Amino acid sequence: MLGYIVRRLMWAIPTLAFVSFISFVIIQLPPGDFVTAYVAQLRNGGEYITDMQEALLREDYGLNDPLLVQYWRWISNILFYGDFGRSLEWNAPVSELIWERLALTLVLSTISLVFTWIIAIPVGVYSATRQYSAFDYIFTVFGFLGKGIPDFLLALILMWVAFIWMNLDVGGLVSPQFEGKPWDFDKIVNMLSHIWIPLVVLATGGAAGLIRVMRANMLDELRKPYVETAYAQGFGERTVVWRYPVRVALNPFISTVGWALPALFSGDVITAVVLNLPTTGPLLLQALKMQDMYLAGSFILILSVFTVIGTVLSDILLALSDPRIRFS
Amino acid sequence: MTDIQTFDRLSALPATPPLAPKEAARDENVYTAKPWTLIWWRFRKHKLAVVSLGFMITLTLLAIFADFMSPYLPGTFNKLNTFAPPSVVRVIHDGQLQRPFIYPMKRTRDMETARVIYQEDRTKVLPVRFFVEGETYNLLGLVETKTHFFGVDDRRQQINLLGTDSLGRDLFSRLLYGARVTLSAGLVGVAFSFVLGLALGAVSGYYGGWLDSGIQRLMEFIRSIPTIPLWMGLAAALPIAWDPLFVYVLITVILSLIGWTHLARVVRGRFFSLKTEDYVLAARLSGASEYRIVTKHMLPAMTSYIIASLTLAVPEMILGETALSFLGLGLRPPVVSWGVLLQDAQNLRSISLAPWLLAPGVAVVLVVLAFNFIGDGLRDAADPYGQ
Repeated sequence: MLGYIVRRLMWAIPTLAFVSFISFVIIQLPPGDFVTAYVAQLRNGGEYITDMQEALLREDYGLNDPLLVQYWRWISNILFYGDFGRSLEWNAPVSELIWERLALTLVLSTISLVFTWIIAIPVGVYSATRQYSAFDYIFTVFGFLGKGIPDFLLALILMWVAFIWMNLDVGGLVSPQFEGKPWDFDKIVNMLSHIWIPLVVLATGGAAGLIRVMRANMLDELRKPYVETAYAQGFGERTVVWRYPVRVALNPFISTVGWALPALFSGDVITAVVLNLPTTGPLLLQALKMQDMYLAGSFILILSVFTVIGTVLSDILLALSDPRIRFS
Repeated sequence: MTDIQTFDRLSALPATPPLAPKEAARDENVYTAKPWTLIWWRFRKHKLAVVSLGFMITLTLLAIFADFMSPYLPGTFNKLNTFAPPSVVRVIHDGQLQRPFIYPMKRTRDMETARVIYQEDRTKVLPVRFFVEGETYNLLGLVETKTHFFGVDDRRQQINLLGTDSLGRDLFSRLLYGARVTLSAGLVGVAFSFVLGLALGAVSGYYGGWLDSGIQRLMEFIRSIPTIPLWMGLAAALPIAWDPLFVYVLITVILSLIGWTHLARVVRGRFFSLKTEDYVLAARLSGASEYRIVTKHMLPAMTSYIIASLTLAVPEMILGETALSFLGLGLRPPVVSWGVLLQDAQNLRSISLAPWLLAPGVAVVLVVLAFNFIGDGLRDAADPYGQ
C-alpha cells in the first residue's frame, strides 16, 4: 500500500513540472506582452507615453529576457520562497491577491461537490432499484436537463427568477453594504442568501452526470449473482443494496473525484463571472485579457496543482476501497 | 442455454407459411439483415433519439438555408424597433378564423421613465405572407435573390418571431445564422479531435508497450489541466485583429485539443479487446499487412462505437464554443454565433427588460439534449448482435 502511494506521488512530480511550464507558455503566447496592454490602456486614458518609456517599463519588468529565463525566475521563486511574483496590473504581490479568492473557490467547490454526492448517490441508487418507476423517469429528465443546460445559462435564469419572483438582490457573495466588513453573524446570514445560487448551479451540473453513471453502474451490479446470494441469505433489501452493489458501483465515482475538481473549477469560472462572485474566475479572466502573466500563470498553475493532487487522492482512495487495485 | 432453447423452438416451427403475419416475416429478416439495417432497427426503438434526429435534420436544413428561411438579414438594424417583444402569430381576429397574421406594434414612450413601450394595435391585421420580397442576398452564395420564405408586406412593421435586440436586429434571423456557425464549429471541432483521437488511440491500443504508456501519460496530463482556464488561456492568446474566419478555425482547434482524449480512450479500449479476437489472428496468419488489419478488419468492427462517441462529443464542443464566446474570448461580433448572441443577455438588467434574449440559450440546450439523445440511441444500437 505504502509503495503504491509513493509510486503514485512520484508520478505527480513530472506532471506538475510540465503543467507549470505549459501554463507559463500559454500566458506568453499572445503577441505583445503586459506592457503593450498596459500602455494601450494608459493611452486610452489620455496619458502620453513615449516609446522610450515603454521600452524602460519592459526592461523593468524583465520582459526582454528569453522565455526560459523568465520561467526559471518565476518557478524558482515559487519553489524556494513561495513567492508567486507581482501582479503587474494590480502592482501587488500575486499571493496577496489570490489566496482569499482561491480559498473561497475551494470552499465553494468542496461544498458543491459534497452536495453533488449527497444528491447523486441516493438518487442513482433509487433510480436503479426502482427502474422505470415514475421517479426514475423524473430523475432521468432532470439528469438530461442538467447535462444540457450550460452553467452560465442556469446561473442567469436563477438570477432572473430570484430577482423577478422573490425580489432578492443576487449576484456577488454578500450585499453591497456588507462588502469589506469583518465577518460577523449578519454577514454570514447575508452570504447564505446569496450562496445558494452558485451552489445549485455547480451541484446540478455535476449531479446530473453522476446520477446517470451511478444508475448505470448499479444496474450492472444488481444483475450479478452475488446480489442474489445475499438475498438468499435472508437480508432485507436495504442491507443487500447498500452493503454490496453500492460499494462496487462507487468505484468509478472515486476514480473520477480527481476530474470532478477541475470540472468544478471550470464551472466555477463562468458561473462566477456571471454572478460576480469574488472567486478566481473573474480575476483570472481579467488577468488573461490584460496578459498579466504572473497572476494568470499562478492561477492556472495552482488550479492544475489542485487537480493533480485531486487525482492522486482519488487513486489512493480507490486503492483503499478496492483491494483488487491495491494488489495488482 | 438460451441458444439451445431458441434452436428447439425454431426447429419445432414449420417453415413460414406463405401468408405469415408480418411479425414472423420480420423475425426471419433479423437473421439475414445487414449490420447497418440492424443498427437502424435498434436505433428506431429509442423514440427520443428518433425525434432528436428529426429535430437536428430540420435545424441543419434551416441553418443551411438560413438566408432564405429568415425574414431579415442578421446585420440589418432598425433603430425604431429596439427591444421589440416577439410577435405572436394568430389566426383568430374579432372572433373569426383568418389566415395567419400578426397585429402591428405601436411604439410609445413611458412619460416618466422614458422607456420604450410596445403595444399591439388590435384593430389592424398584418397577414403573414410566404415567398415575400425582402432584402437582397445570395442564396448559398450562388443565386442573387430577394425572396424570403415568409415575412409581412409592410414598410414600417416587421415580423420578429423572437423579438429584437438592442439595435433592433431580428433575433430569429440572427439565431438561424448563428446556428450555422455554432453547429459547424461543433462538427469541425469533432472532426479535428476525431483525427487526433483515432490516430493516437489506435497506435496506443494496437502496439501497447511504452508507446501506449507514453500516450496515456499525455492524455492524463491534458485532462489534469482545468478545461475552461486552459481554453481561456489559449483563446486569450488569439489577437483581436485577426480575420474572424481564422479565429473561428483556431477556436475549434483549441476545443478539439482537449476533446480528443475521450475519443482516444474509447478507440484504445476497443483496440485492446479486438486485438485478441480470432479473426484478427486469422488475418495476421494469412499474411495481411498491419495497415490492412487495422483499416479493413478492426476499424469496421468499431465504426458504430466511434460514431456514437463522436455524437456525444459534439455537445461538449458546442457548449465550449458558447461558453468562450459568452466570456468574450471566443468568436467576436460581427460573427454571429449563439455564444455571441448570448453576450447580449449577460446581465440581469437586459434579461429582465428583454427575456427573449435568452432564446439562443434555449436553442443551445435543445441542441445539446438532441445530440445526447442521438448519441445514447446510437450507443445502444452500436452492437446490433448483442442480445
